[in-house]
Amino acid sequence: MIPAKFDYVRVDSADAAIAALVEHGDDAKILAGGHSLVPLLKLRLASPAMLIDVGRVKDLSYSRDAGDHMSIGALTRHRDVETSALLAEHVPLLGKVAHHVGDNQVRHRGTIGGSIAHGDPASDLPTAAVALGATLVARGPKGERTISAADFFQGFLTTALAEDELLTEIRVPKTTGAGANYQKFNRRAQDWAIVGVAAFKQDGNIGVALTNMGSTPVRATAVEAALKGGATAAQAAEHAADGTEPSADLNASVEYRKHLARVLTRRALEAAGVA
Amino acid sequence: MTDILDSVLADDAPFHGTVGQPLKRKEDPKLLTGEGKFTDDIVVAGSVQMGFVRSPYAHARIRSIDTSDAAKAPGVVAVFTGADLVGEWAGAMPCAWPVTADMKNPAHYPLAVGTATYCGDAVAVVVAETKAQAADAVAMVVVDYEELSAVVGVKDALSDRVVIHPELGTNQSYVWDLKPDEDKVNAAFASAAHTVKCEYVQQRLIPAAMEPRGVLVVPQPFGGEFVVYSSTQIPHILKVMLGLTVGIPEQKLRVIAPAVGGGFGSKLNVYAEEVLALALARKLRRPVRWTETRTENTQATIHGRGQEQVIELAADAEGKITAVRVQILADMGAYLQLVTPGVPLLGSFLYTGVYAVPAFSFRCTAVFTNLTPTDAYRGAGRPEASYAIERAVDTLAAQIGLDPAEIRRRNFIPADAFPYPSASGLVFDSGNYEPALAKALAHADYDGLRAKQVAEKASKSTIRTGVGISSYFEICGLAPSRALASLNYSAGGWEAATVRVLPTCKVQVISGATPHGQGHETTWSQIVADKLGISPDDIEVLHSDTAISPLGLDTYGSRSLAVGGTAIWIATDKVIAKAKAIAAHQLEAADDDVEFAAGVFSVKGSPDRALPLAAIAFGAFTAHNLPDGMEPNLEAHCTWDPPNFTFPFGTHIAIVEIDTETGRTTLKKYVCVDDCGNQINPLIVQGQIHGGVIQGIAQALFEGVEYDDKGNLLTSTLADYLVPSAADVPSLITDHTVTPSPVNPMGVKGAGEAGTIGSAPAVMNAIVDALRDFGVNDLLMPATPQRVWQAISHSAN
Repeated sequence: MIPAKFDYVRVDSADAAIAALVEHGDDAKILAGGHSLVPLLKLRLASPAMLIDVGRVKDLSYSRDAGDHMSIGALTRHRDVETSALLAEHVPLLGKVAHHVGDNQVRHRGTIGGSIAHGDPASDLPTAAVALGATLVARGPKGERTISAADFFQGFLTTALAEDELLTEIRVPKTTGAGANYQKFNRRAQDWAIVGVAAFKQDGNIGVALTNMGSTPVRATAVEAALKGGATAAQAAEHAADGTEPSADLNASVEYRKHLARVLTRRALEAAGVA
Repeated sequence: MTDILDSVLADDAPFHGTVGQPLKRKEDPKLLTGEGKFTDDIVVAGSVQMGFVRSPYAHARIRSIDTSDAAKAPGVVAVFTGADLVGEWAGAMPCAWPVTADMKNPAHYPLAVGTATYCGDAVAVVVAETKAQAADAVAMVVVDYEELSAVVGVKDALSDRVVIHPELGTNQSYVWDLKPDEDKVNAAFASAAHTVKCEYVQQRLIPAAMEPRGVLVVPQPFGGEFVVYSSTQIPHILKVMLGLTVGIPEQKLRVIAPAVGGGFGSKLNVYAEEVLALALARKLRRPVRWTETRTENTQATIHGRGQEQVIELAADAEGKITAVRVQILADMGAYLQLVTPGVPLLGSFLYTGVYAVPAFSFRCTAVFTNLTPTDAYRGAGRPEASYAIERAVDTLAAQIGLDPAEIRRRNFIPADAFPYPSASGLVFDSGNYEPALAKALAHADYDGLRAKQVAEKASKSTIRTGVGISSYFEICGLAPSRALASLNYSAGGWEAATVRVLPTCKVQVISGATPHGQGHETTWSQIVADKLGISPDDIEVLHSDTAISPLGLDTYGSRSLAVGGTAIWIATDKVIAKAKAIAAHQLEAADDDVEFAAGVFSVKGSPDRALPLAAIAFGAFTAHNLPDGMEPNLEAHCTWDPPNFTFPFGTHIAIVEIDTETGRTTLKKYVCVDDCGNQINPLIVQGQIHGGVIQGIAQALFEGVEYDDKGNLLTSTLADYLVPSAADVPSLITDHTVTPSPVNPMGVKGAGEAGTIGSAPAVMNAIVDALRDFGVNDLLMPATPQRVWQAISHSAN
């Protein structure tokens, strides 16, 4: 419960954060809202020598209409994602997912970029990013590059971000007016999902992704394919666990997780307007 | 001096009684603004921090401990192993409840020597200048363990496959029987029209007080005295035990429990860390402190429950219960803590429930395991008992085809049978069970719910409603000292109080009860204020410091009001009697001719011949005009030893909805009608009921200690051990009936544990009620979604 010793630097710009990352290499971790990293520090499951605090970088907190997509700054707090009218209009799923992150206090501190960069398959926003086919913008010493959400999540707490890169922006294709729903199943209101299912439907454009059904958030491609082939929500949902490799823990066996994925997918699809 | 008296008298506000009023707690502003200091808040210059090296194995031989690197780490003052400190102890850690003459109790020292016997067992202590330095150095201590096979379950323990304490020769600590008449029990079963045999598991629970444990020991520079601050429920008992264990004369110890943020029984103990802090303060001649981490709280603070129960009921054709037979296997954990062995005994008298059962038999077999020691946790033995009888009664009702409410009505001890001599041998003080049931059924709309269930089944809905009743009772007001003697407890059950009226008619109430969230300061103020006819704001309650309240037996077992409150009541009466004698003297009347009401002494029939209490208080202080031979000042003391326990009761009804697709249970509504006798402050009673009920709901739906088969604790954080929050439980519908206790002058019973005792069986009865159609007759607690789903799936298969 007491972190190992670390140094701390607060930066005021993304470029300063990247310079600090370059200087400290893999001894450094980026600290944003702190809601994923600090518990790991306190349990000494992570013991970086240097924390680079980007929490007060002002120019990375925004939601903008960028034509065919929405651009969201990585330091945008969950609460701002949850309540943004602009996002609700153009990416209805995102706010509904953000609403399920922790509790109000957590949502006022935690950031969308921090959650995505942490790469926890039990977190909610990575699933939304995958369901929506988001593109993630990483900035490093050599400039910016973009990574699709499908390629970004590589394993448990492992992402495509290089050691000297900072996630700066999340670009989400517009799904204006889509039906959207997030089914989060947990034992206590504020816990991580035992299983979660995010789904949206905008005419023929349907996206479905699963939380905590593997070492990364998983796109439910078999469900999407079944729906394209004319299946009903109930029929398609039967494929929700196809190809998934969830782990077992105190709350759920593999078999139970797969069962939940099927039930929750049907509910999410129906709530999103899939017949 | 008369000017002073005039100003005191001018201060007199009109008197309004406050007993029975929901006064807001006077202790809260301090706690809410940070003025209240918890142990960790107390700053003492030069203090050093303890950090503990704890066994990662449930059972391991300690081959060697290398402290050399840790000893050289920055800020480290000293590192000690168990072997280094063997010379510090005058005695082993205390167990105050040797329940049988032949009970086996392994010697238990603050640091393990030779063998670690549970995950979290401390094997070395680091003392450093700061918490962080201590934590860093702890990681540098190298312990060479040889892992041994661990005993994780009670049945495995009983087999003696592995004997945890070889010097005892067995894992069985004791067998304790309460078998008043076995022939009668056997005969009842032989002639019964119906019998049921049910097996239940009371899973281990982690008390999880909001403030973790903490201790700070400050050696005084001269005279060899030590001030011990501890987050404890029992400063008085702790003082005695620390003196005996560490070998410091009792009069050299002062124990203070500052603001204490909850205990639920877990701080009714004498812990290794407290003993070590005192011994190391003596050894190092520096203030020594320690505050528990949450992970240490899950490993090294006692766990609650931990029993496997078998209960059998015999009943006649009408469902009247004729006998109850109970056998339990109780998990002591690796060692006996302060009252570990006595916890099952506290429940033993309750297994016949609120029912007129003529024959009863109980046996408890207690065993050691390689797990954290168990001990008292909110209810301590009574929730286990209440669960067993209330679940078994439902099972009997289902077998006979009786409504759960009806079978209870048929079996209630009738109201006119009190005081009721029970088959267990205790006399139940008072009770009137049917009105509480009737009120609860009305609040729940019981008939409406039954109709809703029928409609649900017809609609083939995937949601199933369940209704669960629990008509519980419990045993409070611990305890008559002679009753404790008969149970082999090593101390008494009295409580002490002093009431002191100061010269300006302000009052000090000094109590041996030790609040840790109960609101004693408010409740005691209301009692004394009403008796003296003054404002509760004019009363200061002092407690929890053995230098200020030297006599006391502290707070646990819902005892403070019925025992400690009664001591205050009687001490106040003594003050009034003395004041009356002064008044009679000054009014030149006979004692018997003086009456006291609303803070004024007056001569009967001559209301103009009167003196207010303030005048008497000041007169007692000046001592200018007292009766011959009377001592100055107005104060009195009482030590109250109750003649009997008290037996609060009530009916709780839980209404759940089960999502049969996912197995999720949602508690839709919760009704509790509790009877704790007369209520002094209904707001505080309601708060106790709320917290208690939710702790019972937690056992039924959320909480449970999980170990793997090697004895590794899997629920060592609050992310894994699921303490529910307000978001997870519905608002409670609370109501009450009032059946005063005849065993104390206020007619009070106790409310601290009732909610926990009543609620778990109500919730589980509701879940089973919802799932009976699926062939489900029982489920393990906590009824997790996965367990419920599995039960439904098995039925479908």
